[in-house]
Order: sequence, then C-alpha cells, then structure tokens
Amino acid sequence: MHSTGSPLPEKPAVGLPLWLLAELTYRCPLQCPYCSNPLDFAEQGKELSTEQWFKVFREAREMGAAQLGFSGGEPLVRQDLAELIGEARRLGFYTNLITSGIGLTEQKISDFKKAGLDHIQISFQASDEQVNNLLAGSKKAFAQKLEMARAVKAHGYPMVLNFVTHRHNIDKIDRIIELCIALEADFVELATCQFYGWAQLNRVGLLPTREQLVRAERITNEYRAKLEAEGNPCKLIFVTPDYYEERPKGCMNGWGSIFLTVTPDGTALPCHGARQLPVQFPNVRDHSMQHIWYDSFGFNRFRGYDWMPEPCRSCDEKEKDFGGCRCQAFMLTGDASNADPVCSKSEHHGVILKAREDAEHATQTIEQLAFRNERNSRLIAKG
Amino acid sequence: MSFDRSQTPNWRPGYRFQYEPAQKGHVLLYPEGMIKLNDSAALIGGLIDGERDVAAIIAELDKQFPGVPELGDDIEQFMEVARAQHWITLA
Repeated sequence: MHSTGSPLPEKPAVGLPLWLLAELTYRCPLQCPYCSNPLDFAEQGKELSTEQWFKVFREAREMGAAQLGFSGGEPLVRQDLAELIGEARRLGFYTNLITSGIGLTEQKISDFKKAGLDHIQISFQASDEQVNNLLAGSKKAFAQKLEMARAVKAHGYPMVLNFVTHRHNIDKIDRIIELCIALEADFVELATCQFYGWAQLNRVGLLPTREQLVRAERITNEYRAKLEAEGNPCKLIFVTPDYYEERPKGCMNGWGSIFLTVTPDGTALPCHGARQLPVQFPNVRDHSMQHIWYDSFGFNRFRGYDWMPEPCRSCDEKEKDFGGCRCQAFMLTGDASNADPVCSKSEHHGVILKAREDAEHATQTIEQLAFRNERNSRLIAKG
Repeated sequence: MSFDRSQTPNWRPGYRFQYEPAQKGHVLLYPEGMIKLNDSAALIGGLIDGERDVAAIIAELDKQFPGVPELGDDIEQFMEVARAQHWITLA
C-alpha cells in the first residue's frame, strides 16, 4: 500500500467492492456433485444472524457495493430471507436471488417482490427430467423448477436460468436452450462446470471432451443468431471451462478488485473458492468491511503484481489475466502464488493436458460421482 | 428511416437507473450486471420515466442546454442503442 500523505483515509489504487455475494447458508436440499461449496461445508461455524447480515450490507453499501447476490447453499432455507432482501433493497442494492427453486412457492415469490427483490436466478441441472433429477438427487426437483420459473416470469421479475453443463448433459444443449426460450428467460447461463469444491473432486466424471464443447458452442452460436434475427431479448451466455484454454481466465477481475464474498459463518473472501487457500481471511464478526476490504492480510495477499513469481512476473499479459486463478494454482500445483496451470507458460500445464486426455477416456456414470451432502462432507473433513 | 419521436421509452423490467455516490455517477443495474453511464447518457436516462415521449425528453434537455446542435440526433441515437441493447422498450 502506498501512502500519499493525504489526510483522507488511505485508499490506494484498490477498486470498489461493487459486487457482494452473501452466502447465507451451506444448507441445501440438493446434492449436486459439481457444487462449488467447500468439501468440508458440514464442519463450518455458526451462521450469521439477521442483524449481522444487516451490518454487512450497510457497510458494504457505503463502500460502493451495488450488486448483491443471495446465494448458498440454498438461500431459501433462511427464514429471514424476506427481511434480508427488504433491508438490502432499502439500502439501494440491486438484489439477486440465486436459487435452485427448491423451497420456492408463489407466496414467497410474491412476498420477495414486495420486499424489493429485483431478480431471481434459477439453476437447472439439465433439460431432461431424468438426468436433472439424478444430478440433483431429488425426484420432484425438475417439475418444481419449471413451475417456479413460470411463476417468476408471471410476477414480472427478470429471470436468469443457469445450467451447469458437463459431459453428461452438454450434448443436449439444444434442448436446454429451447426450454429456456419457452420459459422466456431474459438471460441463460450455459456454464460449463468450473472445477472447485465438489466439482474438482468429481472432475474426471464431469469434464466434457473438446469435441463435446466445440459442438455445444457451435449450437449456442446458431441459437444466438436466430434469437437476434427474431428480436428476442433472450441472451445466451456461454461459459467455457478454462481447461481447454491456453491462457488463464482473469479470475474475479483480479484479487480483491471488485468481488467480496461473505460465507455463512462470516468469513470474508475475495472469491467463493478462496476458503481452501492457506491464507488467513478476516471475519465480519471481528472487523468492519472497510478494514476487511482495504487493510486485511487476506484481501491484500494477491493484490497487484509484486507477489508473482515467474513466469507471471515478467509476462506481458499479467495485467490481463492476473496470473489466473489462485485457487486453481493451489489445487493443481500446491502453491497459490504459481501461475494458474491453465496457462501454457506454466511448468505445471501438463496436469491440464492430462485432464483433457482423461476426458477422452472417462467412463464414470452420474451415479458414480460423489454427491454433495452432509455425510460425504463429514467423511471428507475427517479425512 | 426516420425515428418516431412520439414513442415513449421505459426501462426494461428489472433494469434500474440510479445514482451511485461511490462511483460519482449514474449506473444502469440489471441481473448480475451494471453499466456506468457517461454524463450525457445519465442526463437522458434521468428523464426516462415511462411518461415522457422522446420529443418531450428532447424538449426538456433543449431547455436545460439551449443551442446545443444535434441534441435531438444524439438523443435519438441513445434511444436506438439502448433499444438494441434491450435496456429500454419504446412504445
């Protein structure tokens, strides 16, 4: 941090925390094997209270946070969700509910609207009822989601539908898109699984082949052209898995740059995957958001470029991708400071090439994946 | 093809125009996104209320900034872009 000698509070060239992600709870009725929650979620501390969340919202809003995502786990299991929405909206946040739709009712959709909720995103597991239910570990999940998606639109919300795609459902992308158009989604996120948390554990059974990916992107582009020609405002967002890239993603737009995540127990993180890093992160119970964002060790750990070893340090693309994802570097190389191995300049790039190769020969069925539930989490936490 | 100034712009449902003190400027907020508007877009955006038609918005800004040439064209252009981006509807 550099000092300017100005009497104003020291705020070096650090961006504003424009995006606040409130992970209200790790509780969830589903068991998706690609969940990004930490593997040991069942061993985490007590959830923040309503008042503690209010304080987080108030302080973050004063610091410039404008987008607020209510996430989890499944945020609907929090009984105070309508209260939290109401306070956030009163403060001027744009409020996003990121939900599986399980536990949602018309009454809640209407109550949340009155509380000031701006937008609801529903995640689907696949277009096909059977695959969807298998993945979600619930028989009624799909029918419930469809009904709720229709209700969300009927109540005048904008709607984002999120499909996590992987080798078991990506070949049905045309049906996924057709479904989203029929449901009048405003935005559709076709997000190829990113490998964190449970997804990393199940990577071999999830990573699509390059051929699958190329086909899915081509079909998506065909639908984009069709939608545009029809003047349909539905926007398709295709997120490729970085495992097929030669340069890493500019993860979170840089460490501690615009994103701030608060986990159920109050730990503040620069991204929702960072908890696994051997870095001490502050807790909102102990510190102000101002301290957390600007002064804490955790949020400054990978800011700027001084922490970078080679090949990032002298790389002329470091300001574009910030060396990629710290969590991925840690998971795949054992050192969070290393270049993200997605980068072909990384000496560890071989692990990515190996993963692509594995995808060509993987035989795991959906049933063989490790499902995200309390039992598995406790087993993993105990090692 | 000439622009019909009797059309009334309104923000697309779920899109919110507001002032952000921390950014010292106006933004357009939408599901999981935000666009920082420049000063002239902010002036136009501030007059979009679902009541004023484009002609009324032009008249209002002409009153505030008399004698700016091409004012009407600039506002029409904003409307075209905003509609193409699906930020607004024109009815």
